[in-house]
Amino acid sequence: MLPETLNSYVILSAVLFGLGFLGVLLRRNTLVIYMCLELMLVASTLALVAFSRFNGTMEGNIFVFFILTVAAAEVAVGLAIVVALFRRTQTVRVDRLDALKH
Amino acid sequence: MGQFLFSFFACFAALCAAGVVVCKNVVNAAMCLLLCLLGVAALFIRLDAFLLAFLLLLVYAGAVVALFLFIIMLLDTRGEQAPQARRGLTIVPRVVAVALIGAGLASLALRGRLAAPAAADVPAVGASLKLYAYLLFTTYLLPVEIIGFLLLTAMLGVIVLSKREGEHSGYGN
Repeated sequence: MLPETLNSYVILSAVLFGLGFLGVLLRRNTLVIYMCLELMLVASTLALVAFSRFNGTMEGNIFVFFILTVAAAEVAVGLAIVVALFRRTQTVRVDRLDALKH
Repeated sequence: MGQFLFSFFACFAALCAAGVVVCKNVVNAAMCLLLCLLGVAALFIRLDAFLLAFLLLLVYAGAVVALFLFIIMLLDTRGEQAPQARRGLTIVPRVVAVALIGAGLASLALRGRLAAPAAADVPAVGASLKLYAYLLFTTYLLPVEIIGFLLLTAMLGVIVLSKREGEHSGYGN
């Protein structure tokens, strides 16, 4: 049983953030990298909501509201870029997107 | 009971997040992300942030994951799944990674105690819709306007990006 304290919430948020970061570093598929980015954003929102709840303030909650909106816009633009990239190069793997190397 | 729910959803979210990283199949990764978001939304409810839990489900689980699935189906990248032999990590990133994780765990063990009152002692201000509405339309009115403009810009950007090259504007042809 985990104690339901601010500490546990922050540690869980750090774990989720770390897993997302690991995914961004290790995976080669652009779509999965995007999903891991989303995971990192959600992890940070969890920490904000927990701090807000345990301090009795509203600022963290409002900030999460804005993060959700920005994340939605970011996903729309990012996926449009992925689709445009796929049309041009026929791949979404980052190890094949090496045009700047040559 | 509350402690059990917290433990269950925390482990659930962490396991599903690990699934996003580990799953080879992109659709499975998207499904793991969906489950992880459900776990986080449940934790939001445990934290009395009902509106945010609802918005998380609506925006992330409803729109973002669905968009991901659409794009996965649209691109159909199965043909290029065959990965070439993965290069092993060299010694330097291994050492750096182990050192960073060790430093994180050490700092957690030494100073990882956040002094906070029990949740029951703090009023759950995030539970009422009224406060969100009040703050969004007074203190945070300018950010709300900027966010609206951002969404409009993103929408226009997506339309421009998804036009095929060499295609003229739809008017007149």
